[in-house]
Amino acid sequence: MTLLRERITIVGASLAGYWAAETLRRDGFEGLISLVGDEQHEPYDRPPLSKKYLAGDVRRDQLALGDVDKLDALDLDLRLGQRATGLDVASQLLEVNGVSESYDGLILATGARCRTLPSTDGVMGVHTLRTLDDAEAIRTALQDGAEQMVVVGAGFVGAEVAATAVNSGMLVTMVEALEAPFSRVLGQEMGMVLADLHRSHGVDLRTGVGVDEVLTAPTRSGGDRVVGVRLVDGTEVSADLLVAGIGVIPNVDWMEGSGLDLVDGVVCDATCLAAPNVVAAGDVARWFNVRYGESMRVEHWDNAVQQGAHAARRLLQTDEEAQPFNPVPWFWSDQYDRKVQLAGRSSPDADVRVMTGSVDEHRFVAFYGHEGRFLGALGMNRPRHVMQSKGLLEQDVSWDEALAFAAEWD
Amino acid sequence: MRVLVDFDLCESNAICMQIAPDIFEVRDDDFLYILNDTPGDERRVVLEESVQRCPKQAISLQE
Repeated sequence: MTLLRERITIVGASLAGYWAAETLRRDGFEGLISLVGDEQHEPYDRPPLSKKYLAGDVRRDQLALGDVDKLDALDLDLRLGQRATGLDVASQLLEVNGVSESYDGLILATGARCRTLPSTDGVMGVHTLRTLDDAEAIRTALQDGAEQMVVVGAGFVGAEVAATAVNSGMLVTMVEALEAPFSRVLGQEMGMVLADLHRSHGVDLRTGVGVDEVLTAPTRSGGDRVVGVRLVDGTEVSADLLVAGIGVIPNVDWMEGSGLDLVDGVVCDATCLAAPNVVAAGDVARWFNVRYGESMRVEHWDNAVQQGAHAARRLLQTDEEAQPFNPVPWFWSDQYDRKVQLAGRSSPDADVRVMTGSVDEHRFVAFYGHEGRFLGALGMNRPRHVMQSKGLLEQDVSWDEALAFAAEWD
Repeated sequence: MRVLVDFDLCESNAICMQIAPDIFEVRDDDFLYILNDTPGDERRVVLEESVQRCPKQAISLQE
């Protein structure tokens, strides 16, 4: 049985949306594909924004997803600078810039936006980093001679920005409210290893202390600009540039009242289907991962690529043909000359074992296990071993089997 | 079909090795080696996935 569709609309023109469009064409969809994005830029890759782009090592045109010829070949109705403003899944009507239009199939890939610090709207020198325009603003500040940066939140984007800023000669203070930075993702013990990496490169990392207030001073042009932060313990840190990396909020507000289930993302089934003829992918999608037996939302690059493709295929399939989307999550982060990769997941109560290499030398692989289950593998400059571990995780091997496999490494 | 890797872009994330271990190998020196740069057409699907999922977009296929 084939599904008759003439018009598929993809809302969100970033990684998941782009690969959804590419997959539709690759799998033979010949109808109209509308790709709607609220940014003015053609689809681009975000990971370099906190690293090479910020450092001035790559140009804007090098960030493009697919080259110009490839984008042309996809024959898209590319609608940039347009924002989806409403949705009714029962009547299959989407509203873009306030104007209603119909669809036969809909792919929701509106991603997420950065959380911001309270009372900092319009304060010069206060930034978040998500989009090319965000990166451009921070890069301009770096080039204009900013000297002292405060990074609020020790997450991965903040850590990459801190590393880039240190490499360009700035004084960097990173402030994290939790005692152990990165512990939400890496667990306490390995979070401290990453903290040590930053301290060894000269980052003044303050943990277990939150920001009480962003300190500002009036500018001659009448606005305010950041001059530092006061921490909850009363100490003050001066800064002429502040980057907040305090997490993201999935962009679902515009879908209120659509008939979709919205709970920290668009709730989907195991195949990424959110409603009849509606799928979701990327940072905005909360789907049931049958591998883990739980609903999850994943904010990683590789997940957006794979889920974009999977969701697109789902739309072309019948319910009988549909496959569950059940990946082992994987991400990488480049900080200084270290490549950090995590396959699978950590857990607060996991047993953590270093399987090869040396934590002190920041070149190692550590395994996370819990109650006989192999949960994840963290590597620093050990891509080969992390990928082998990812393969083991996909095969659902036991903790003992994983340990036996890794025992052969050194 | 020829497999091309831009080694100026490649940063040895090794995702390609996991997808197509008969074609890509990241060794203990952390460098990527191409084991077979002219694979048969039966490897096209996995190679396209390698192209798609390379975080540095360093892989391309030449017909």
